[in-house]
Amino acid sequence: MRYLPLTAVDRADMLKAIGAKSVDDFYGDVPAAARLQGPVPGLPSHQGELEVDRHMTRLSRKNRAASDGPFFVGCGAYKHHIPASVDHIIQRSEFLTTYTPYQPEIAQGTLQSMFEFQTQVAALTGMEVANASMYDGSTACAEAAVMACRVTKRNTVIMSGGLHPHYADTTRTLCEAAGIKVIQLDPAIDGELELGKVVNDEAACVIGQSPNVFGTLTDLSPVADAAHAKGALLVTVFTEVVSLGLVKTPGEMGADIAVGEGQSIGVPLGFGGPYVGLFTCKSKFMRQMPGRLCGETVDADGKRGFVLTLSTREQHIRRDKATSNICTNSGLCMLAFTAHMTLLGDKGLTQLATLNHEAACDLADALAAVKGLKVLTPRYFNEIAFSTPKPADDVLAALEKQDVIGGVRASRLFPGAGMDNVIIAAATECVTAEDIRAYAAALAKVL
Amino acid sequence: MTMNSTGRPTSISPVDGAGTLTTVTGSKGLLQAEGLIFEIGSTDKTGVDLAMPKGIKSRLGGVTRGAPTGLPGLTEPEAVRHYVRLSQRNYAIDLGLFPLGSCTMKHNPRLNEKVARLPGFADVHPMQPQSTVQGALEVIEELADWLRKLTNMPAVAMSPKAGAHGELAGMLAIRAALIARGEGETRKRVLVPVSAHGTNPATAVQCGFIIDEINAAPDGRVDLEDLKSKLVDSSDVAGIMLTNPNTCGLFERDIRTIADLIHAAGGYFYCDGANFNAIVGRVRPGDLGIDAMHINLHKTFSTPHGGGGPGSGPTVLSEALAPYAPVPFIVKTAEGLRFVEHHSEAPDSFGRMCAFHGQMGMFTRALAYILSHGADGLRQVAEDAVLNANYILARLKPLMSPAFEGYCMHEALFSDGFLKDTGVETIDIAKGLIDEGYHPMTMYFPLVVHGAMLIEPTETESKAELDRFCDALASIARRAVQKDPSLKTAPHLAPARRLDETRAARSPRLKWTPEAPTLKAAE
Repeated sequence: MRYLPLTAVDRADMLKAIGAKSVDDFYGDVPAAARLQGPVPGLPSHQGELEVDRHMTRLSRKNRAASDGPFFVGCGAYKHHIPASVDHIIQRSEFLTTYTPYQPEIAQGTLQSMFEFQTQVAALTGMEVANASMYDGSTACAEAAVMACRVTKRNTVIMSGGLHPHYADTTRTLCEAAGIKVIQLDPAIDGELELGKVVNDEAACVIGQSPNVFGTLTDLSPVADAAHAKGALLVTVFTEVVSLGLVKTPGEMGADIAVGEGQSIGVPLGFGGPYVGLFTCKSKFMRQMPGRLCGETVDADGKRGFVLTLSTREQHIRRDKATSNICTNSGLCMLAFTAHMTLLGDKGLTQLATLNHEAACDLADALAAVKGLKVLTPRYFNEIAFSTPKPADDVLAALEKQDVIGGVRASRLFPGAGMDNVIIAAATECVTAEDIRAYAAALAKVL
Repeated sequence: MTMNSTGRPTSISPVDGAGTLTTVTGSKGLLQAEGLIFEIGSTDKTGVDLAMPKGIKSRLGGVTRGAPTGLPGLTEPEAVRHYVRLSQRNYAIDLGLFPLGSCTMKHNPRLNEKVARLPGFADVHPMQPQSTVQGALEVIEELADWLRKLTNMPAVAMSPKAGAHGELAGMLAIRAALIARGEGETRKRVLVPVSAHGTNPATAVQCGFIIDEINAAPDGRVDLEDLKSKLVDSSDVAGIMLTNPNTCGLFERDIRTIADLIHAAGGYFYCDGANFNAIVGRVRPGDLGIDAMHINLHKTFSTPHGGGGPGSGPTVLSEALAPYAPVPFIVKTAEGLRFVEHHSEAPDSFGRMCAFHGQMGMFTRALAYILSHGADGLRQVAEDAVLNANYILARLKPLMSPAFEGYCMHEALFSDGFLKDTGVETIDIAKGLIDEGYHPMTMYFPLVVHGAMLIEPTETESKAELDRFCDALASIARRAVQKDPSLKTAPHLAPARRLDETRAARSPRLKWTPEAPTLKAAE
C-alpha cells in the first residue's frame, strides 16, 4: 500500500508500546452491531497507480475538452489561456500541501499572497476592501444578500432579471432559510435598470449584474442612486472578471458590495469547480463581511508580517453569532488567480480584455451575417445572446455533430421563460478567426 | 586560521552570534527576502505575450472603465521567483508531520494531481452539452457510489463545496423535511454539544434554527442525562448536530441511544463527518442511525488543503432526507447520465447551493485516491491513523496531561494540566514546536478541555517520524516544566517571530496602498 508507511513490524511494535492487543481494542466504543469484520462489502480492493491512471484517463476521454475544437460556451465560466507558470506555482508543495494560515510565523507565504490578492481584487473592482475569497461567485452573491440584510437591518432582497439564474437560485436558498424575502424580476436581456424603479423602503439591497448572463453591459450608477435614496444597498455581480480590464467598475458605479467569479483568471474550467469567489465592499461594512481576511502587522522584531484578522466575525470564534458559517476560502484557486494577475499586470489585463472584446465583436458580425440570426445583446464585452429561427436545442445539437460547441441555450437556464430560440455564446482570446468561420458555416448549414 | 596551499581554510572558524547576523539583503542563507508585488513590479511590465488587438471600435456602449487598475506586472522569471520565495515561508505536509487535530493533514498523492489535470476533466465546461461530458458524470456517479457504500447511506448530495457547505446541505434538508411535515415553524431547536466545531452552530443559525447546547460528560462524550433533560419537552426539537468520532478524538459510545432519542423526539440526526478518517472502512455511519453527514474530501480522501481550500463536502442523506437533496443531481436515463438541474423537475428539493455541479476537481482526486486504496486499503487507513494517534498518546502520557482516560481514536488530546504553575501556556508549546521544525497541533480546541492540545498525526507518517515528533514534543514539555523562558518568546528560528494580532485587528490594513506604503519587509 504505497501511501501507508507503517510496516507489519512497526504495527506490532507500536501496539506493544501502547499495551494493546490489536487495533480492535481502539474501536471498543463502537456498538458491536456496527463493527465491520472485514472491508466494506460490495467494493473493490486496492489498485496500482498504473491501473488507476488507466481508468481515470479512459473516463476523461469520454469528455469533449474545450480545446478540442470550436468552443463558445460561457454563462458564468470562461475558457481562457492560463500561463504554464501558474500551474507550476500552485503545485509548489509549500502552497499545495499546507493548511489555513493559523500559525502565521510559518505561513507568511500564503498570507502575503492573500494580502496581494486582496489588493488586486480591490483595484480590479474599484472597491475599498476585498476578502481572501469565497467558494465561488454564486455563494459570494448569496452571502452578499445576507450581509446587506445585516447592514441595513431590513429583510427583502430584489434581484434583476439578468442575474445568472444559478446565482439567483443559490441566493434564494440561503435567504429563504434565513427568513429573508426574495423578489426576482422576470428574465430580461437588457433590464438591469429596472432595479432602480422597483427598489423600495423595505429593500435591504438590489442585486444587478454587468455583464449580465446574456452578456449585456449596464452602467448601474442610476440604480445605485435610486437604491441609496431608499436606504438600500447596491450589490453588483460579475461572472467574467476579465471584463474589468475595460468596463466601468462596481466602485465607479457606486456599488456597496461587489461580488463575482474569479475563475477566468488562473483557474481552469474544471467542469464547474473549484472556482474562486470574489467578495468586496465599502470599508465601512468591513466588519460585516463573511470569510477570511488577511491584514498587515509586525512581528516581535518589528518586521512586517501578515495575519488572518478580524476573526471575531468568524464561526470558529463567534459560533452561532458569526457573520457566516464559512470556514475555508478557496485558497489554492486564490493563489492561481493572484499569480496569473501578477503575470498580466495592468498592461496584460487591458490587452487580454481587448482581445476578448474584439473576438466577441467578430463573432457577432459573423452571426449577424447568417440569414435568420439576430444578435439580441445591445452592449457587450465577450458574450452575446442571439435568436435563431429554429429551437436552440435542435440547433446546438446539430452544431455538436459538426464538432462546434455553440453555446448555452437560454432555456437550460430559464426553462419555461419563452426563450426557446435563444443561444448565449461567448468568445475569448482562445477563439480563433477560423473557429468563428466554422461556427458561422455550421450555423448556415443547420438553419 | 590554518590554510592549504591555495588559500582555502582547512578548518571552520566559529562565528559568534551567527543567528543574529544581519545581512545587507535581508536574506538569511536560503531564505530570500522578498517584497510585495507592488514594490517589485511595475505597470509597464507583463509576463504574458498576447496577440496585438486589431483596434476596432468598442461595442461596450460607453460602459467603460474610468481609472486604470494600477496593478503591477512581473515577467515570468520574476513572478516564478516571487512565489517560490514566498513558498519557502510556509510549512507543509510535504516538509514534515502536520499534526493539526481535526484537520487530517495526510499526504496528498501526486497521482491525484495528475488525473485532475487531464484535459477531459480540467478543460470541460459545466454548461456544455451533457452528451459531451458523460465521462465527467461517470466520475461523479462512481465517487457517489463509493461514498454511499462506505457510509451505508442511500443518497448523497455532491454539490456542497466544503465541509461547512455540506453542513448547510444537511441542515437545509432537515429544514425542508420539517416543512414538509408541517412542522417548519414549530421545530426550531437544534441540540449542539459544547465541544462542536464552530461551523455547527453557525450553520444551524444560518438555517433559521436556534441553538441549545449540550454539556460534555467527564469522559469527554455527550452528557446523556443533559441530552435527555433537553428532550423532556421535545415538540420544538429539529435535531442534533454531533461529531463522531467527536472533537475530543473519542467515539461517542452511546451514539445509537442518542439516535434513538432524537428520532423518538421527532428530530433528525446530523453527524459532522470531519473525523471520518478514524473509522472509514471499519464503521459505516449509516449503521449508527444518522440522517445526514458531510464528508470532507480534503480530509479523509486526501485532496490537498491548498492553504485553506478549496474543499469539498459531499453530504450523505438517509431515506427520510433524500427527497430534499439539492439540485443538481444525476439520474440514469436510456441515453446515459443526466443532471436534474431545476427545481421544476425536483419539486421537493430544497433548491440550489451553488452555480454548476460541485467541486469536480476534488472529485477526480478523491476518486483516484479511493480506487488506489480500495475497500481493504481504506480500512487500513483508519487503523493506521488510530494506531499512530494512540502511539503518540502512549509516548507522551508520562510527560503531558491526557485529557481523558483510555484509548483515543485518530487524534490525541492533552490539557494544559502539566503546565500548571510553570507560566508556560499551550500557545508557547505550540510555538516551541515551530522551532523544532513542526507545525503546531490544534490549540485551545475543543473548548471543553482547558488549554487543549489536539494532535492528529494521520496514517501517512512512519514510526520513525512519529518518534522524532514525540522526542521533540517531549523535550518541549520538559523545558516547560523547568520554566524555560525561551518558550515564552518562541519561535526563534522561524521565518517570522510572533506576530502582533491585536495591532492587525485594531487598525486593519487589508490592502497595500501607494499613499501609505506598508512597512519595508526586511530592515
